[in-house]
Amino acid sequence: MNVVGNQSAPIHGIAAEFQSAKELYRAAEKIRDAGFKHWDVFSPFPIHGMDEAMGLGRSILGKLIFIGGLTGFLTAVTLQFGTSSFLYPLIVAGKPTNLFTVPAFFPIMFELTILASAFTAVFGMLIMNGLPRLNHALFNWDRFKKVTEDKFFAAIESSDPKFSPVAVRELLESVGGTNVTLIHGE
Amino acid sequence: MSEATATIDPEKLSEEEKQIVRPALVLNKRTMGWISSYISSIIEAKTPLWWYISMGVTVPLTLLCFFCLAYLIATGVGVWGNNHPVGWAWDITNFVFWIGIGHAGTLISAILFLTRQKWRTSINRAAEAMTLFAVVCAGIYPALHVGRVWMAWFLAPVPNSNAIWQNFRSPLLWDVFAVSTYFTVSILFWYTGLIPDLATIRDRCTTKIKKFIYGVLALGWRGGNRQWRHYEMAYLILAGLSTPLVLSVHSVVSFDFATSVIPGWHTTIFPPYFVAGAIFGGFAMVLTIMIPACAVYKPLSDLVTVGHVDKMCKVILLTGSIVGYAYLMELFIAWYGANPYEKAAFWYRAFGPYWWAYWSMMFCNVVAPQFFWFKFFRTNLIWVWIIVQFPNMGMWFERFVIIATTLARDFTPSAWGMFHPTWVDICTFVGTFGLFTTLFLLFIRFLPMICMFEVKAVLPEADPHHGEAHH
Repeated sequence: MNVVGNQSAPIHGIAAEFQSAKELYRAAEKIRDAGFKHWDVFSPFPIHGMDEAMGLGRSILGKLIFIGGLTGFLTAVTLQFGTSSFLYPLIVAGKPTNLFTVPAFFPIMFELTILASAFTAVFGMLIMNGLPRLNHALFNWDRFKKVTEDKFFAAIESSDPKFSPVAVRELLESVGGTNVTLIHGE
Repeated sequence: MSEATATIDPEKLSEEEKQIVRPALVLNKRTMGWISSYISSIIEAKTPLWWYISMGVTVPLTLLCFFCLAYLIATGVGVWGNNHPVGWAWDITNFVFWIGIGHAGTLISAILFLTRQKWRTSINRAAEAMTLFAVVCAGIYPALHVGRVWMAWFLAPVPNSNAIWQNFRSPLLWDVFAVSTYFTVSILFWYTGLIPDLATIRDRCTTKIKKFIYGVLALGWRGGNRQWRHYEMAYLILAGLSTPLVLSVHSVVSFDFATSVIPGWHTTIFPPYFVAGAIFGGFAMVLTIMIPACAVYKPLSDLVTVGHVDKMCKVILLTGSIVGYAYLMELFIAWYGANPYEKAAFWYRAFGPYWWAYWSMMFCNVVAPQFFWFKFFRTNLIWVWIIVQFPNMGMWFERFVIIATTLARDFTPSAWGMFHPTWVDICTFVGTFGLFTTLFLLFIRFLPMICMFEVKAVLPEADPHHGEAHH
């Protein structure tokens, strides 16, 4: 088995290379069935159905974005009624009964809902993915650079309770992985 | 299911026959490696001569734009031709023109994403970049039109020493929120789409400086499925947010006019008519810049195929016809509504002193796109490029007709007047084209102009069940 990275650093995990989305998908199903928890598959593009193959549920990002959108909406409500109806009551077109209007305030409620939702979507996604970060142990492996081009990888981390170098190596080889490599790094 | 489709049993088709039923999106059986190598090579190769020549034209134009803006700020907004009664003129015309162009980018990236139109993958990146650059050009005009631009912060709802707050019931303030939200969300959407591709560039870089810059920009992306899972959810929801957003932005822009009491502006048809016009003009601009880009980088025509151009021409034909319908409906309502001021406004549009602008608009937007009924004109790239110049011009004339000709004929003849652009008006407008093109040239030089990871995902071998029987 190849070894990469600074060997005085702890073991990050063991990774293997695959040649196609189909191979990676089959391998993911088998790793899932072997009961591993801290592992991931890497691909140049999102593979349809991979969440099921890995046994992952639906991303909870949608629920976070709902909360973000609600925050934006309430900001707009507070901002518009607070200023136009209370702090600086502004009578427009000689219609004092319009002081608590809703239709005229609707466009900004809509815009701020969208704005806060979009911020939550992007920054929520980055935070849940542990990004941005400048380096990662996997980047110690030169072949891994091809993951953004046309190669596919699976990696099982040493933090997994079922991790043992020999068993993981055998598993990755049995599911069709090549260039199985032990990766050191923080 | 109709009888014609019922006779085809998809399970009995061979792999080749399936290709006939659904043509491949990427031609010449290009591989994933080829896509990365070719798109990245555009960035990695030595800067081509034509790029320097183009920049030699567009950068001076950009500087001309900046000079005009500096001159305006130093002298006053009177250097533009705006005056009573035409208080809104080229500035607002150009603002609506540029913001409308941006809408095609969002339409391609968001609405076609939600409707699962996979052909969008090869054009969405460039179209989204176009959106951003068009909104940059658009934003200049209202910001400078306020006159004392250093007071523009009054538009933002921040406490000030006068204890005055903004009028949130004004469509002009809605516009501030709509356009700034649109610009921000467009940047977020565009950058989110760029992250995996920036990682590709990072992994291919050879020099240390490039590796550092693209490495920082890629934010440490690794392409793990645990990342893709949240990434895809974020992208889907951003598309879902952008779709109503893009429709709202041009609706709010149209409210600037429609909520006023000016005859010719005070109509309920404005929001849908403005949105259709924006998509119409925007697709024309996408074709205007993508056809030359693919002519320069010939292998790109395996990704941006004639089929793409054909589909975009159909969108232009559809939205152009909606715009034509709106023009006729406006005329009908002016007559049927029996309001003498409304009737007069439309009479002056067609037969008043600006008749040439009205009929140019009619020809460019309604007549010229009708060529796209014929497949020959939709698939011949030179003809397409020539024909789409008409919507580009026509949409500018449309905004000029709506804004300047309407204001030029006020309620009482004593208040009538004409608008004449000054050299500052003209140079600023020409200069924004320079700014737009400069930004686009920088984009194709330093960023992947095709969304590599999405194009890879529509290749047949990207399907994890590729080559298996359907179940």
